[in-house]
Amino acid sequence: MNVQFSRRQVLKGTGAGVAGSAIGAFGFGGAEVALAQAAHAFKLSKATETRNTCPYCSVSCGMILYSRGDVKKGEKAEIFHIEGDVDNPVNRGTLCPKGAGALDFIHSKQRVTRPMHRKPGSDKFEPVTWDFAMERIAKLMKEDRDANFIEKTRDGVTVNRWPTMGFLAGCATSNEAGWLTWKAVRGLGIVAVDNQARI
Amino acid sequence: MTNSWTDIKNADVVLIMGGNAAEAHPCGFKWVTEAKHHNKARLIVVDPRFTRSASVSDFYCPIRAGTDTAYLLGVINYLITNDKIHREYVANYTDVSMIVKEGFSFDEQEGVFSGFNANNRTYNRDTWDYEIGADGFVVRDTTLEHPRSVYQLLKKHAARYTPEMVERVCGAPKDKFLKVCEMISSTANGEKSMTIMYALGWTQHSYGSQTIRTAGMLQLLLGNIGVPGGGVNALRGHSNVQGLTDIGLLSQSTPGYLGQPRDSEPTLAAHMANRNFRPMMQNSVSFWQNYKKFYVSLLKSMYGASATAENDFGYEWLPKLDKVYDTLQMFELVHQGQVNGFVCQGFNPLLSVPNKGKLIAGLSKLKFLVSIDPLETDTVKFWENHGEANPVDPSKIQTEVFMLPATCFAEDEGSFTNSSRTINWRWKAANGPGEARNDIAIMAELFLRIRELYEKQGGKAADPILKVDWSYANPKLPTADELMREINGKALVDIPDPADATKTLYKAGQQLATFGHLRDDGTTTSGCWIYTGAYTERGNMTARRDNSDPSGRYVYGNWGFAWPANRRILYNRASADPSGKPWSERKSYITWNGKAWGGADVPDYPPPLAPDRNAGPYIMNAEGVARLFARKMMNEGPFPEHYEPFESPVANALHPKMSSNPAARVFGGDRAAFGTSKDFPYVATTYRLTEHFHWWTKTNKLNAITQPEFFVEISPELAKEKNISNGQWVKVSSNRGSVKGKAVITKRIPALKIDGKTVHTVGMPIHYGFIGETKKAIGVNSLTPYVGDANTQTPEYKAFLVNIEPLSGPAVS
Repeated sequence: MNVQFSRRQVLKGTGAGVAGSAIGAFGFGGAEVALAQAAHAFKLSKATETRNTCPYCSVSCGMILYSRGDVKKGEKAEIFHIEGDVDNPVNRGTLCPKGAGALDFIHSKQRVTRPMHRKPGSDKFEPVTWDFAMERIAKLMKEDRDANFIEKTRDGVTVNRWPTMGFLAGCATSNEAGWLTWKAVRGLGIVAVDNQARI
Repeated sequence: MTNSWTDIKNADVVLIMGGNAAEAHPCGFKWVTEAKHHNKARLIVVDPRFTRSASVSDFYCPIRAGTDTAYLLGVINYLITNDKIHREYVANYTDVSMIVKEGFSFDEQEGVFSGFNANNRTYNRDTWDYEIGADGFVVRDTTLEHPRSVYQLLKKHAARYTPEMVERVCGAPKDKFLKVCEMISSTANGEKSMTIMYALGWTQHSYGSQTIRTAGMLQLLLGNIGVPGGGVNALRGHSNVQGLTDIGLLSQSTPGYLGQPRDSEPTLAAHMANRNFRPMMQNSVSFWQNYKKFYVSLLKSMYGASATAENDFGYEWLPKLDKVYDTLQMFELVHQGQVNGFVCQGFNPLLSVPNKGKLIAGLSKLKFLVSIDPLETDTVKFWENHGEANPVDPSKIQTEVFMLPATCFAEDEGSFTNSSRTINWRWKAANGPGEARNDIAIMAELFLRIRELYEKQGGKAADPILKVDWSYANPKLPTADELMREINGKALVDIPDPADATKTLYKAGQQLATFGHLRDDGTTTSGCWIYTGAYTERGNMTARRDNSDPSGRYVYGNWGFAWPANRRILYNRASADPSGKPWSERKSYITWNGKAWGGADVPDYPPPLAPDRNAGPYIMNAEGVARLFARKMMNEGPFPEHYEPFESPVANALHPKMSSNPAARVFGGDRAAFGTSKDFPYVATTYRLTEHFHWWTKTNKLNAITQPEFFVEISPELAKEKNISNGQWVKVSSNRGSVKGKAVITKRIPALKIDGKTVHTVGMPIHYGFIGETKKAIGVNSLTPYVGDANTQTPEYKAFLVNIEPLSGPAVS
């Protein structure tokens, strides 16, 4: 069954390392052999391959992410190339103009890299620590929940809802994050929960 | 999707309507190309624009935006009057022979069904149901001649949608419409099949659910549901919108499409009392009779050991709904100042919810806003001045805002569920930038911090929070693997084999193999019953990567895991005739071999249940058959009816007094913001470009280079009328706001004759805002009306009214 297997062995077996002999075997010689031996090794042959899924539309095309360094081995990994997964039965190696640009999403200038905070009335964001942000948000949420949570209706029916808090869940998060989010938001009593399905 | 992306290759006719797969879902559209190439399939595109899909079609028919229901009812009328329906399928697998209650009617003059109260625009739905006989089952007339049979009622209802009426309402020339009917009707025989592919062009209307129902009815009449190359296939939006919906992140939903409790259901018994799944036909399976097993297993996953039979498995702790808090309802409350805190987890409502002006005013009233996102969004910076593109004064906005860095898809592992319902596992390739954390870590820490405050300080209603089961190996960072195991569910005690009590089916703690083993006594867990089977004792089935196709029917059953039960085509029992033989060898899929059902896929039917039991192939329905008559389940009526968009250039040609959907919910202030064709004479529609994904890829350099700025598409006729030249700046305004962009003059967007009047359409892509690498734009949702579908509340983005004027120079640099 499964799982994360690498095509690197295949690449190594057919790649630049044996190019000379392979070309020789096809009947080429001389200059071509010299050229092949002088050429740089295929950049992707040294890359770590990771199977993932395009984050955009619901075709959910299989993708191979190529990185320098292997994050699974605890190395620092930098993704430098993406291509369609040829094994995926739906996209069969193709990507559309959206997916083909996904590398620029990973390295976008608009990536948020640290928690930011905007004070009321301010015209700017200021960096804060995760600890500050989480403590402050938890405090704001608890204060509001304590002030506005409805345990019972006037008729005495237990309803346990918190109507003054809204939560929009994003549809590019995983099912696993979604399930944990469901537990958290319903556990807190939030009723205004939605995702992009109807937008 | 009832079927799958790869199954499109089995189609003989492909109808793309309400979508533009070649542009918006290109790698899925390849299966249309495959069908055309290998199967000689013919592609029909019906769309207000001559789209990229239309450009490779075999036949294109124009239509006015927002009139798809009338068009499809016209096709249904054609099939019935020309006897082009799959009679045996329809007679055996739908409710045509069922008799509807005395008193049910549709008033053709008034445009409403029986039970309408004009004063408060609400329906009493008592008559919208079948007649029940003395034996407790539905009364039928298999001759289909009874005037109250579903067949006769539908025939009468659809008869008004003549080709002439379709031309009058939709602007589709009669000869083109009839050609489409003829192509579609070529599949009404079991030899050939047609697939329907739709997307937001059908959903984003005040009656979108009814349009999609009409498509379902059409496919049933043709016998195209449950068969290879058939089905009604929603081309969904985000990579995991299917998954997040399955997992229940919708106001009215729980995981697995069970109901979030309402105020009227304070106990589990009351919740169950509102759900009667009693079979309506002798022998029908009515699979929802297992509902309580799924619900109790969910509660066991939610509350763990705290959920006991004595305390209703913790049902009381779940929040109860007094109304559905869909996105439009949410932002109505935000706008009224009734919401204090808001979290956007990968969501950009400032641009994706209609009426941007209303959004800005609403967000400014929040006490605090939190964005959890890999990217800066327009929403998280709603308070920042961007000139004309976002003309706000930060000093006047008192909202406290947090922007939390989340990892992106490449920096996290877990599963996405695609439009084919196939769950695919993904692996992590790198760490996120800087201090970015994954969504699981962020949600876990937020929840645990709040819980800790309740533990230490106490507070209002602490129990519902404290009782949530959070027994992960590392509570602050549950792993995706651990969570998928929890979603699948397990046995909590040793469970004996029901077939042989001396054997054990599961030992306590073992992962369940199928939702068929869930129990309602608290001895099993399952976070989402339809995902049970995705992570079994055999391992993580969503990570399977065997792309073999043993049947040769483009069924990749060992790749990932498709819910439910790894089934790739839903209702596939209907691919065989009542005796269990395939309708044709060409379309053979699931058949009866004398002892069991089997074939290319997992049967959507109890495998040993013999055909002569006549249980009906639609096992989720209490009737055992598919419903052409929706009973009480749709808010605007049991049959679809054409209603005009809330902003329309013409009155409803069938019933001008009830022009728009009587069941749509319109908030007070929004009704006043609707415009009329006197001031706003042109139909506007919004759409997507192949280079962009919503408001997300404008932050990507490559995508921004390929489509850098907002534009406005108009026809040469309209350009001439308004004296607009190609590339000139234009202002487009609705009664709610205006946008500016360069004009693109194109024949792709034809003018249409509607009821004798020329109607022009203005087309605008949605993708632009003020954050990112693309040129700044005001946001097309400054124009769109704040009204949603009567059943799903999906906003009406696809058809509204605007005016257009030429401008001299650039408005936003």
